[in-house]
Amino acid sequence: MNDLSNLSALELRDAIAGGTVSAVRAVDAYLEAIARREPAVGAYNEVLAERAMEQAAAIDRKRQSGRPIGPLGGLPLAIKDNLCTSYGRTTCASKMLANFQAPYTATAVARLEAAGAIVLGKTNMDEFAMGSSTENSGFRPTANPWDASRVPGGSSGGSAAAVSARLCAAALGSDTGGSIRQPAAFCGVVGMKPTYGRVSRFGLVAYGSSLDQIGPVTQNVADCALLLGAIAGGDPADSTCLDRPVGDYLIELEKPIEHLRVGLPREFFSQALDAEIASSIRLAAEVYQSLGATIVDVSLPHSRIDVDGEGKVSSYAVACYYIVAMAEASSNLARYDGVHYGHRTARDVEDIVDLYCKTREEGFGSEVKRRILLGTYALSSGYYDAYYLKALRVRRLIKNDFDAAFGHCDLLLCPVAPTTAFRLGEKTADPLTMYLEDIYTISVNLAGLPGLSLPAGLSKTGLPIGMQLIGPVFSEDRLLRAGRMYEKASGVSGLRPEMTKK
Amino acid sequence: MSRTIEPDMVRHIAKLSRIELSEEQLATFGRQLADILEYFDKLAELDTTNVEPLAHAVEIHNVLAEDTPRPSLSADAALANAPQRDGDFFMVPKVIGDSL
Amino acid sequence: MIDAADNVTPVIGLEIHVELATATKMFCRCRNHFGDPPNTNVCPVCIGMPGVLPVMNAKAVELALKVGTALNCTVAEFTKWDRKGYYYPDLPKNYQISQYDLPLSLNGWLEAPLAEGAVKKIRIRRAHLEEDAGKNVHDHPAHTGVDLNRAGVPLLEIVTEPDMNAVEEVMSLARAMHRLVRWLGASEANMQMGQMRFEPNINLHIAHGGAIHKTPIVEVKNLNSFRALERTVEYEIHRQYEAWQADPDGFRLEKMGKQNRGYDDAREQTVFQREKEEAHDYRYFPDPDLVGVVVDRPWRERIRAGIGELPLARRGRYMDGYKLTFKEADALTQDAATGDLLDSAVAAGADAKRCVNLLLGRGAAIANERGCSIAQIGITPAALAELAGMLSGGTINATAAAKVFDTVVLESGSPMVIAREQGLLAVRDGGAIEAWVDTAIAANPQAVADVQAGGKQQKKAFGFLMGQVMQLSRGTAEPGEVQRLLRSKLGIPVTD
Ligand SMILES: [Mg+2]
Ligand SMILES: [Zn+2]
Repeated sequence: MNDLSNLSALELRDAIAGGTVSAVRAVDAYLEAIARREPAVGAYNEVLAERAMEQAAAIDRKRQSGRPIGPLGGLPLAIKDNLCTSYGRTTCASKMLANFQAPYTATAVARLEAAGAIVLGKTNMDEFAMGSSTENSGFRPTANPWDASRVPGGSSGGSAAAVSARLCAAALGSDTGGSIRQPAAFCGVVGMKPTYGRVSRFGLVAYGSSLDQIGPVTQNVADCALLLGAIAGGDPADSTCLDRPVGDYLIELEKPIEHLRVGLPREFFSQALDAEIASSIRLAAEVYQSLGATIVDVSLPHSRIDVDGEGKVSSYAVACYYIVAMAEASSNLARYDGVHYGHRTARDVEDIVDLYCKTREEGFGSEVKRRILLGTYALSSGYYDAYYLKALRVRRLIKNDFDAAFGHCDLLLCPVAPTTAFRLGEKTADPLTMYLEDIYTISVNLAGLPGLSLPAGLSKTGLPIGMQLIGPVFSEDRLLRAGRMYEKASGVSGLRPEMTKK
Repeated sequence: MSRTIEPDMVRHIAKLSRIELSEEQLATFGRQLADILEYFDKLAELDTTNVEPLAHAVEIHNVLAEDTPRPSLSADAALANAPQRDGDFFMVPKVIGDSL
Repeated sequence: MIDAADNVTPVIGLEIHVELATATKMFCRCRNHFGDPPNTNVCPVCIGMPGVLPVMNAKAVELALKVGTALNCTVAEFTKWDRKGYYYPDLPKNYQISQYDLPLSLNGWLEAPLAEGAVKKIRIRRAHLEEDAGKNVHDHPAHTGVDLNRAGVPLLEIVTEPDMNAVEEVMSLARAMHRLVRWLGASEANMQMGQMRFEPNINLHIAHGGAIHKTPIVEVKNLNSFRALERTVEYEIHRQYEAWQADPDGFRLEKMGKQNRGYDDAREQTVFQREKEEAHDYRYFPDPDLVGVVVDRPWRERIRAGIGELPLARRGRYMDGYKLTFKEADALTQDAATGDLLDSAVAAGADAKRCVNLLLGRGAAIANERGCSIAQIGITPAALAELAGMLSGGTINATAAAKVFDTVVLESGSPMVIAREQGLLAVRDGGAIEAWVDTAIAANPQAVADVQAGGKQQKKAFGFLMGQVMQLSRGTAEPGEVQRLLRSKLGIPVTD
């Protein structure tokens, strides 16, 4: 066994548990991969090599003395840099928090570690998770391992690139409007946004609090089930996290779902969708059909995508999502003011207001500023009803559409993003074109539903194409099983970019 | 029907947001904000009379914690990330009074 | 001074902030405790660090519901949390978690007692829960220090309608509110510790020349004592009247709207305060980190049942049932526990009036020395009832009872046992008293001579001898018997 990166997380877990591979060797192999390939990818903001090696040695000692090492014992994982850790830094890829050291660890990360996982490092992202390409990182962009001239997607671009380039066994990301699922699709890996309230948000630096969820980014569906099982479940530190029992997502994973009804939301197959992606999704539908599933035509009218005569794309859901997310963000990010932690301006200031204004001017990048300004506008007196309140009403309509659709099918099959990975710099000039990246993913966050993104093959140009499965609340087990059905039948799983084969 | 946002309005919003903007930024943001707001105006097409606003997608209630103290941070740990401190206080330029 | 021709009506409303008596803060489990070293009752949640989340305190909700119910409010079936956005260094998140459109309690009233017996109903607009801000410390000339120990302490904000028309009404309502929240155990309401703070809004309606002139509404922030409140209202009434007289057309509500003023403690005056910028655009919206509270009927009923008798009702009952004077009844209803002590002693068979004399005599004196309530001095209802019973039955006299009371408070135990051990039971036995009288006469020939000589020294000398006998008996001798024997031995008439 000379190349450990051939192993999925589940396989590596079994190898470590079985004693054929030591945790130290696993960490070492990934550190070596990082030394080799990370310079070309730029997935990590910080690699915690020393700590990871110590943790690995501790796991090995535990195993040798016959003590249990946990269901993730020895697995080297990457963590998005908006998940607080009491070691290293938590920067959110922002100058504002470049030196922030949290005195606490996010519940999801703490649960992974309690299950024996080892944190290899913190991954790059769009600043404060605002973006769809990781180009908004306050430090530097991350490259797509399939084509270094292309973006890995975002905002969890660092986590998706790290998994894709085999710079970790698996990773955690966060998803507010598609931030796990879209980069997973761009990088040819699996990503899940769980039901709102399935995973504790404690320690996840808030962007849009009513939309944010933490989820796994993995090589395949089984790894996704493994990680989700470790992080899901109620948490007294998060009142919005439901104290509902967590099943063993792996136990029935290989068992196909009988009489599955797969819904295709007709509004998602408009001219805004890349033809190659559209045919991939239809092909996936045929795979399900061949497995005995029924394909149902369903409608999500308020998630409709309109294209006008000039080719301008618009969507109620996109407008609704950005208003809600920006309003919440404007409030969530008010705390970064240079008083209690984080960046403070070194310029002379007249008074406290001047200190706030200069600190925030220096600490935040353009996209963050844009969203704070828009969110402030949407909540300010005179505009609240027309924007914020209106968006909340439309949000209900969007959720009602899903409820109605799930009356006719068990899950939805649809695209993740309108295109495959685009070129670095291609969409940075106009913020609106970037916002449209989220067109197929944001409704899921607005409705609080779980969504699974998994590879559906490669384009003619050799870029990964993703497909998305969406289910009713708390149907993660169903999505994982359905995802596994597709993986098995199609053989599309564990895609690896060229760079990992050298 | 492209609209603009008056510089004064952008300035007001920037002040509310506590973000210093140069004249140049003011102009750029003004244009971009106008474009995005125009996009947001699409929602006005929808009739939402009698539609209840939805703030939380998963509606739960009454999650309360027992009133039992847990250890706090030490002052040093609390101030470890502070840009400037004065003894065990966070230090800021002179302000008047308390906010509440 | 106010011109008699102008019919001036002050119109005053109050906003009252009350810190709730919980062990921990509103949204984290740091201690809610005053006076600790700076930034020691703080955690990532109340410092507002990235990624942390608030979790609401069950006790705070319970106490707030109790106050709302006692204020005769409609308790909301559903209540939720909103964020109120403004930047200030004592507010770490730069928003305060508060309640905006669905407060916990709405539309109640509280009776403000005026002259003896009379009351005025002051309407309560709302009472909502929120978190307190930290403290800015200003003892450095060039900068401000921020202490977050208070940040996140549960605060109940009670807002009255502008129903008060005189300083006396304001003070009576403020005192009634102070008594009520303490009564309910909802707050210690210690003003020095900032646990109860007032914000009056004041203007004048002046009937002048056939029209009503309204002066601008002035809101004065953060008053930390009854005195500051009283001085503020008095001062504003006169200041506004004079300002209106000087400029009757300009100094008008329609022209100037609302204004904020501060209170200068040293000069006991309100002072002009520069407007905090954009203070009016708080950008309230539902806090996505918290879930709502559904207060169902059983919960509401449980709260109501837990409230019991309120102070004014109890005071009335004491005057009617125990035949107490207004002053006595008022003194015993300053807090709930003192009255509970009295009621329990009466329920155990004691005479109410005797109990009241004991409680308002030595009890009040000890409480005063210790700076606590009468109930807190530590006498049990059983001991109080026993001592009152001894007085009624004549087994002890008032002087000795006071001594026993002190011993019971200090060491606890049965008053009867203490009185017996210390030889404080009433002595009626003529032989014993006669021996003390003889000793006193023999030891004080000058006083005996003064009594027998008659004249202006007689009364004083007789009193002195009485005192000597009582001292010899250690207060146990029956005073009537002492007097009778002394008079007969000294040969002065038995009738005074
Ligand atoms: Mg308030
Ligand atoms: Zn705290």
